[in-house]
Amino acid sequence: MKKSLTKTSKNNFITYAMVIVVFVVVQTLSSTGNLSNLLKGLLVPLCVYTIASLSLNLVVGFSGELSLGHAGFMCVGAYSSALFSNVVRDAIPSVPRLIIAILIGAAVAGVFGILIGIPVLRLRGDYLAIVTLAFGEIIKNLINILYVGIDENGLHVAASSAGLKMAPGGKQIMKGALGISGTGAIYKDIKGQFFLIGVILIIITLFIIQNLVNSRSGRAVMAARDNRIAAESIGINVTKYKLLAFTVSAALAGVAGVLYAHNLSMLKVSTFDYNMSIMILVYVVLGGIGNLRGSIVATIILYALPELLRGFSTYRMLIYAIVLIAMMLFNWAPAARTWRSRMVERVKGNKPKKEAA
Amino acid sequence: MAMLEVNNLSIQFGGLHAVDNFHLSIEKGKLYGLIGPNGAGKTTVFNLLTGVYKPTEGIIRLDGTDITGKSTIDINKAGVARTFQNIRLFKEMPVLDNVKAGFHNHHSYSTFTGILRLPKYFKVEKEMNERAMEILKVFDLDKEADYLAGNLPYGKQRKLEIARALATEPKLLLLDEPAAGMNPNETQELMDTIRFVRDHFDMTILLIEHDMKLVGGICEALTVLNFGQVLAQGNTAEVLKDPAVITAYLGA
Repeated sequence: MKKSLTKTSKNNFITYAMVIVVFVVVQTLSSTGNLSNLLKGLLVPLCVYTIASLSLNLVVGFSGELSLGHAGFMCVGAYSSALFSNVVRDAIPSVPRLIIAILIGAAVAGVFGILIGIPVLRLRGDYLAIVTLAFGEIIKNLINILYVGIDENGLHVAASSAGLKMAPGGKQIMKGALGISGTGAIYKDIKGQFFLIGVILIIITLFIIQNLVNSRSGRAVMAARDNRIAAESIGINVTKYKLLAFTVSAALAGVAGVLYAHNLSMLKVSTFDYNMSIMILVYVVLGGIGNLRGSIVATIILYALPELLRGFSTYRMLIYAIVLIAMMLFNWAPAARTWRSRMVERVKGNKPKKEAA
Repeated sequence: MAMLEVNNLSIQFGGLHAVDNFHLSIEKGKLYGLIGPNGAGKTTVFNLLTGVYKPTEGIIRLDGTDITGKSTIDINKAGVARTFQNIRLFKEMPVLDNVKAGFHNHHSYSTFTGILRLPKYFKVEKEMNERAMEILKVFDLDKEADYLAGNLPYGKQRKLEIARALATEPKLLLLDEPAAGMNPNETQELMDTIRFVRDHFDMTILLIEHDMKLVGGICEALTVLNFGQVLAQGNTAEVLKDPAVITAYLGA
């Protein structure tokens, strides 16, 4: 029975190796000056969306629930961590400050995940999709009117700029719809390393998700997805494990938000809208539900493509749409799937054999 | 003491008395049959015993402990495992993982241990794999361990459900129409397997069945249900000769 164990760990290893190879290639290209500034600017956002789509895949693919508010969790993670970084900007050096910021972003997003999950995941049906959709919008609107400032008396929170009532010399950090500015500037000294940090975070995300899925808890999550009644009949607490998967996913989305916030000079809440949640969901669905490697590939292709196609101006969205359709067919059409498995067999050196029905 | 003791068990859905004043007593290690015409309330009894429905009245004792009204999860932990009339496997998971999912409460480590791959993870997973393969071997499923459960042929899916139920280390095994949809050869093979399970795992088994050959072949005692009420109860040979039972089955 060792065979099946080594098979999954081999599979995991391939995914890590893939990420590292891509990183090394890109880094080499970048240091030899073969990468345009446009592409360089895309690297960190690519890491952000890769982490986000990986984390969403945990909910959609492995626990079989639909979340339409992943941008909301990214938003919560982004704002809480950026706020922290601005408050302690002079007190802690960059690297430990960033690590703490990441942990704070993950924790805050995770707590929101628990708060939403507890009432909703007890229900059967697509309620999670509706509630997460609402959550994303509510968070966006709340932060839109939130003002936070700091002076010698400590933190002030209010719903308007005038309401802060700060002592002279105080500084506004969060300015409602204008968001938080200058977070990127705090990290000027490690700015060049953000792509490396992003890749490390991707690997940590993969490590957490893959190990979770291949453990006792992961089996419980998937059993609850495949058949709720049967899972309960063998003593699995379905709500608990759905909540676990959802919380881990929310926390990881929070990490993606932290990376996003710290890479920008301007953090505005309007970016974390419904479209962003849907975009991440598109990466997950087209990459293959429950397929982590697919999520990474789909994110890279579908995020970079619209930017790389800028030269085609008017035809840009047309080409994007065609690629979307082509990817969907490649991933899901039965003919394409048999063709793919035949190719895999051939590469492995086995004779192509008929599908076991 | 009886392994399962049910007294005065009733459930009403609105005005319908789906199960009325049901009683049952099964000794440890017995193979017991629950039969009756369609709609007699057999599966409802199973759902009451496993906590899917809460009884309106009555008491259920497992090995002396009161399990009446507990949740499905707690009843499974107390030692009742079941299979389903319409197969409910974890179809997108490998055969081996279906059985390993059944170990959930018996071979355990925390989520944290699982994610960080602490030494306990490897130790418990190894135990699980070995034990799961032992159980699969009993059902002649060990060669298909890596297949997705949904890709198994029908007869093997039925067997895998029993294997998964046994993985929860129950005291009482409930089988809901294990031979449904099987041909005579498969049924014969299943009868041997059920008998083997009883002897090998020292199990008490209660099964619902339509196939009279199977019931007469392996059950030591029977309860016949009709319209939610106990029509006859006792030794298999005597019950099957009871005129009331014959009438209920064949119509007057």
